Amino acid sequence: MDPAAAKYIGAGLATLGMIGAGVGVGVIFSGFLQGATRNPSAAGGQFTNLILGAALTEALGILAFVLGLLILFS
Amino acid sequence: MADPMHQFEIHKIVDLPDFTLPGVGTIDMAFTNSTLAMTIAAALIVLFMAAVTSKPQVVPGRLQVIGEGVFSYIDNLAVGIIGHEGRSFFPFVFTLFLFVLVMNFLGLFLVFTATSQLAVTATFAAITIGLVLVVGFARNGIGFFKLFVPSGVPWYMLILVTPIEVISFLLRPVTLALRLFGNMLGGHVAMKVFAGFVVSLGALAAGGGLGFLGIPGAALALGGVVALTALEFLVAFLQAFVFAVLACVYLNDVVNLGHHH
Repeated sequence: MDPAAAKYIGAGLATLGMIGAGVGVGVIFSGFLQGATRNPSAAGGQFTNLILGAALTEALGILAFVLGLLILFS
Repeated sequence: MADPMHQFEIHKIVDLPDFTLPGVGTIDMAFTNSTLAMTIAAALIVLFMAAVTSKPQVVPGRLQVIGEGVFSYIDNLAVGIIGHEGRSFFPFVFTLFLFVLVMNFLGLFLVFTATSQLAVTATFAAITIGLVLVVGFARNGIGFFKLFVPSGVPWYMLILVTPIEVISFLLRPVTLALRLFGNMLGGHVAMKVFAGFVVSLGALAAGGGLGFLGIPGAALALGGVVALTALEFLVAFLQAFVFAVLACVYLNDVVNLGHHH
């Protein structure tokens, strides 16, 4: 295979790691909404935890993105 | 069409003489567009806070309400996560939050985002983790290593848990730097790519013939750019907030080591 083509395919495959991060962030927000609709008065106090969980999950997706960039530009 | 990565290029504005640090090597001291963006951000923060606190009144005016709102927001955050000792770390968290926030917002108004440079975000992460290490060893001494041995875990589980804790601690500065960098870089590249669609589809329509079909596509891409810009404003705030929250959480780990408040 042409090395340049293999590089682009590899970069594309590396970004597939974002699937997991997408599912994870979705699970976090669905869990938050379920809890918030059952007990709306407690929802406001959990905003920081919500953002924290989303950020920690998203970091793994960003790792995949950076890996894709590394393959593409190195 | 312009390359979407072109906006992240560093170029020198004022070339200053190189500085040689013994044992490290030669350091390029040039005043770059990254330095300029950071200088503007720092100047804006200082000017804003000076304007807010210049004429403090018991009944605050509009400007003072904004300043006090930002101040008490981060104060509540630090005290809420770290506890009553959070107030001694408030200046650090507040500086970090405001600086990252203003640099993120400036990136949406100017052509250059300082926080889309890995060197800048890695420096912030290194400062944060450096402070965590200094505070951890100063307060707990050698007991700092209890961070890797969670209490209430059976000894046979510790064989598995301790390496995981060590690796997760070592990954903290990496993820802290990469999260901000990746979000800013990814958002700005996406915006530039969508803006490029408008130009190329418009050129297709200008070519005549069946090219007029490009006009609705260009309009759709333009709407996408507007929506992405709105999303980027949310992300700019959220990433500064996340950085401040994570700095607080990491500090809390070493400040309240072994006892939960």
